[in-house]
Amino acid sequence: MGKVIVVTSGKGGVGKTTSSAALGAALAQNGEKVVVVDFDVGLRNLDLVMGAERRVVYDLVNVIQGEAKLTQALIRDKRLESLYLLPASQTRDKDNLTSDGVEKVIAALKKSFDWVICDSPAGIERGATLAMRHADVAIVVTNPEVSSVRDSDRIIGLLDSKTVKAENGERMEKHLLLTRYDPVRAERGDMLKVDDVLEILSIPLLGIIPESMDVLRASNLGSPVTLADGRSAPAVAYFDAVRRLRGETLPVAVPGEKRGFFGKFFGRKAA
Amino acid sequence: MNLRRFFSRSQSAPAARERLQVLLAHERASAGGSDLVTKLRDEILRVISKHMQIDDDKVTVRMERGPQVSTLAVDVEIPFDAGKKAA
Repeated sequence: MGKVIVVTSGKGGVGKTTSSAALGAALAQNGEKVVVVDFDVGLRNLDLVMGAERRVVYDLVNVIQGEAKLTQALIRDKRLESLYLLPASQTRDKDNLTSDGVEKVIAALKKSFDWVICDSPAGIERGATLAMRHADVAIVVTNPEVSSVRDSDRIIGLLDSKTVKAENGERMEKHLLLTRYDPVRAERGDMLKVDDVLEILSIPLLGIIPESMDVLRASNLGSPVTLADGRSAPAVAYFDAVRRLRGETLPVAVPGEKRGFFGKFFGRKAA
Repeated sequence: MNLRRFFSRSQSAPAARERLQVLLAHERASAGGSDLVTKLRDEILRVISKHMQIDDDKVTVRMERGPQVSTLAVDVEIPFDAGKKAA
């Protein structure tokens, strides 16, 4: 039975889709069988970030409405044969996602994949609550910025109350993925530090993805960053996050803390 | 660039941290519908409206949420003949 992960955040633009694609690819690069499901009905983008936008025939809504079989809607990645995508619908609206339908699709996916990654839409409405509903594990994507931290706190509250696990009295496993972290600005005191965010949200840290041009480059190319440039800083951070997801205990390196002489010299405010 | 301004600018992250801590403490409390300050505000206004017509312009409600202590100030302007009207 596969594990169901929801990648969520509340706030938009913090890197849910980028992270879903990168984590999914990184897991597949480790030999795992992975499907990434786009729950953002009406505003799908996972297909674009994963470079499959021209191969979408059927989508999640088609499957739920019985217009297509699950196997017809799944798109296999061209680079990684154990990575699949289930796109969201671009033309229907989110009311087409039914609770029963989503439950059936997730149950079917769990049977044939090791990991089912649900890429949640922003907000706290239907799409977002259905994306988290059947999750075993939640990854809360947060930027070191006040509005993102506040929304993450709200989402953590929903994960602890509105999911099947929570309703059965079980504990939802939650991890923080801190994205767009800029060590220079944090060092200067103009960005919340890792410890600040951890103290406020008090959930364990899965990884820190540094702010990087490589992320934009990868999405321009339609390739998860772990595939586009596996040795780039964000890719290494995603690979480490995946090792932790698979149960390894691995210390989290805070970007910028091992800076050399020049980094220190140019990184700090000269006062 | 104004160099003096650049160098004397104070750090903003500690302020972000503090504001978030206070805000989230309150939001977490109110998620269960148990935020005392909000309850008090609503009940006080309900009691006042039982005895007089509340004119929105004549009532000011100020809330200040702090880490240890919150304050609620309800300022109602009561006209001379308010009691008669309600009766």
